[in-house]
Amino acid sequence: MSDIAIELRGIDKSFGLVHANKNINLTVRKGTIHGIIGENGAGKSTLMSILYGFYQADSGDILVGGNRVTIKDPNAAISSGIGMVHQHFMLVENFTVLENVMLGAEDSQILNTSISKARVELKRLEKEYALEVNPDALIEELPVGLQQRVEILKALYRKADILILDEPTGVLTPPEADHLFRILGQLKDQGKTIIFITHKLREIMAITDEVSVMRRGEMVATRKTKDTSVEELAELMVGRRVLLRVDKGEANPGAVKLAVENLTVRDSRGVTMVDNVSFTLRAGEIVGIAGVAGNGQSELLEAISGIRRAVSGTVLLNGKPIDVTGHADPGDLRNRGLAHVPEDRHHVGLVLKFDEAENGILGYHNDKRYLNGVFLDTKAIQADAEEKIRKYDIRPPNPRLKTANFSGGNQQKIVLAREMERGPDVLIIGQPTRGVDVGAIEFIHKRIIEMRDQGKAVLLVSVELDEIRALSDRIIVMFAGRVVGEREPDATEGELGLLMAGVEGRKEAAE
Amino acid sequence: MSNPYAKLPAWAEYGLIPLVNLVVAFLVAGLVVLLVGENPLNAAYHMINGAFGRGEYIGFTLYYATTFIFTGLSVAVAFHAGLFNIGSEGQAYIGGIGVALACLWLDKTMPWFVVFPLAIVGSAAFGALWAFLPGWLQAKRGSHVVITTIMFNFIASSLMVYLLTRVLKPLGSMAPQTRTFEAGGQLPKLDWLLSVFGLEVGNAPFNVSFLLALLAAFGVWVLIWRTKLGYEMRTMGFSPSAARYAGMKEARITVIVMMISGGLAGLMALNPIMGEQFRMQLDFVQGAGFVGIAVALMGRSHPAGIIPAAILFGMLYQGGAEIAFEMPSISRDMIVIIQGLVILFAGALENMFRPAIGRGFATFGRRFPVAAERGA
Ligand SMILES: Nc1ncnc2c1ncn2[C@@H]1O[C@H](COP(=O)(O)OP(=O)(O)OP(=O)(O)O)[C@@H](O)[C@H]1O
Ligand SMILES: [Mg+2]
Repeated sequence: MSDIAIELRGIDKSFGLVHANKNINLTVRKGTIHGIIGENGAGKSTLMSILYGFYQADSGDILVGGNRVTIKDPNAAISSGIGMVHQHFMLVENFTVLENVMLGAEDSQILNTSISKARVELKRLEKEYALEVNPDALIEELPVGLQQRVEILKALYRKADILILDEPTGVLTPPEADHLFRILGQLKDQGKTIIFITHKLREIMAITDEVSVMRRGEMVATRKTKDTSVEELAELMVGRRVLLRVDKGEANPGAVKLAVENLTVRDSRGVTMVDNVSFTLRAGEIVGIAGVAGNGQSELLEAISGIRRAVSGTVLLNGKPIDVTGHADPGDLRNRGLAHVPEDRHHVGLVLKFDEAENGILGYHNDKRYLNGVFLDTKAIQADAEEKIRKYDIRPPNPRLKTANFSGGNQQKIVLAREMERGPDVLIIGQPTRGVDVGAIEFIHKRIIEMRDQGKAVLLVSVELDEIRALSDRIIVMFAGRVVGEREPDATEGELGLLMAGVEGRKEAAE
Repeated sequence: MSNPYAKLPAWAEYGLIPLVNLVVAFLVAGLVVLLVGENPLNAAYHMINGAFGRGEYIGFTLYYATTFIFTGLSVAVAFHAGLFNIGSEGQAYIGGIGVALACLWLDKTMPWFVVFPLAIVGSAAFGALWAFLPGWLQAKRGSHVVITTIMFNFIASSLMVYLLTRVLKPLGSMAPQTRTFEAGGQLPKLDWLLSVFGLEVGNAPFNVSFLLALLAAFGVWVLIWRTKLGYEMRTMGFSPSAARYAGMKEARITVIVMMISGGLAGLMALNPIMGEQFRMQLDFVQGAGFVGIAVALMGRSHPAGIIPAAILFGMLYQGGAEIAFEMPSISRDMIVIIQGLVILFAGALENMFRPAIGRGFATFGRRFPVAAERGA
């Protein structure tokens, strides 16, 4: 019994009609990294939220170290030694690292003594687990990778023995992810137990000891990682064979659809994020923009789609200029055949408090087909939503459900359905598969390639190098706001990686 | 997962929670009454009786409610677009000019049903005008409406003092008010409506602007949930970045929404001016604009919530007056305290009992809904 960290017995949980967890049994061994995978909406986050006390199970038992416990809120989870690193960090942006780590765990009313004690403890933890981070840095000034490290430190500071990470790599760049894995390895060596949720099967194969698969609320299998394969896991998840490779024919590039010339964009603080960037995008091709997150890709997409004003440069859509340095109107650009799947679906691409149908018309709400004069044609909107739900297999198939209650992958499908179904001339798409399961990835990739084969021009930004390489017909690499190179999709990962790190680029620029 | 509270069934969300909040507010208010040495049950009796005990009392309660429906809707409309209009007070005050002008012009020659539509247009137009400037300043210059609307309340108040002492006051009169309107400037009472229930309206100034208020509530519902503008407003209110992405014109929407909000506030002026006093007096708004904020909060910015919330506040006003009259040691200020407690528990501490109620549901949930209620 003693080598078992957590045991879940018969956990059941429903949200109204949605049966999110059905009689789940799970055993996690002490000192191991246990992966959990499953399609979007399979119930992974729900299960972890139950373990962490965010939700209460309708029935079932939780055993920690062999003892039955009731976890009625996150505090109870923490006192049982369970810590959680959330996908959306729960840090106070304008507090320092140290203040965040202490928050809620101050051991006396007099802050000063707490602070110095916490500082010592933090130093010790940093040393022990190689989690360097400046305790006096403000959270808002840290890159996401370091913010995540602070979340981990927070959990360790609270003496967590069991660490839950829900899709921790979704926001990380590949080197940051590698670093995280080293940290997790170290934690494991120190005897900590880690539960790790991800959609990336490669990560499962690389770092876990065991892996459990969920499908539609059920726990369908648990395997020793060394006895399984990516193919088997994908099939277990989706319940059918999944094409893990993208099948695509030759591109037939046509006329130039989008021409970007000398575009320069600054962020709100005046830092130059896009620096004199030029490229063209033709009908019938997919151009991928590779780069480590934060090297100007986001700002580039925003400027082209009219959300952010550029400082200088020109952009031509179908040969006609977009007023990127003035008042480009995203609504007008849509009418001119530009569709945009933004990177940030939670704040930009969707209104989470709207129901599915309402989000289905966001940006297209001026379209006659959804209106009766100044009134919304709710019937038409509903019918339109139902059609997209069917076509994109959005689950649960309920247009009246609040968007916040859809799982990440299904939220992404809502945005994709809206933007793709218009048959735009140019599709700009940021992080199309962030937080999306393999089955849905296959579907989304297929649709993107279909768009290309129909003669649409696709501009793709992704931090997933695999995705860029699999989909693109040409790859542009951005580093520090500049285009540092253009490669064919058969360029090796190493070559692209060096470009992305700015190593090759500097040489090329110097030549 | 971002929401740590379990989702509750709609009847609990919109019925049980407000009810629990209200009961707690009244319990605390009862303690306050106890503290000044009066019997809370007695006070409660006077409150209820004073508000609903007779046809006339009900008439007064609904008269106040009419006023609060208008100002509550005004605040709610702006709120849906993420704008906090604290200027309903001033907008209602200025709206009075529109009413007064229509009445002074036509009350001697035209029947009320001719003057009323003109007064409606006039009050809404003046209210909208008064909200236009803060809206425009917010849209074009980024001056926050919370600040500017408060400032415009003061400006409105000074302007009205000027108008009522210099311009609109009849010659030779000492009182800062317009002349009293003739029949054309007086709205008929809704005595027939109360008599359907076998009640008599008596002296209560319960008048047709109540029906206008209900109509406005329906109109607001249509606007927010059934029109394109409403869709844009809600998008902006929930997520300005999504609104920008969708190509919505933030500046234009801000100005329009503020004008609609101001127009609704302006309509409020009809009720006291044409419905009760038959003249425009100094300070006829009497804080109704601020009560509107509480009403909108309590009614969760939904017309179906605003109407009962407005009636509740009407009851507090009318029943409160009764308490003050019947129980000398309880002054009008005490009533303000009680109103404050309602706002505190129903608005600011809205979520206080939610976790407990949520736990109640999680434990007894589907099997014993009644137990869950007690668990709260
Ligand atoms: N608060 C809620 N109210 C209603 N339904 C919910 C709620 N939270 C989750 N669900 C539903 O429960 C199901 C499981 O969701 P969950 O978030 O656990 O999935 P997941 O496996 O984490 O998916 P993803 O990989 O996309 O993150 C989904 O159908 C989701 O729509
Ligand atoms: Mg999840």
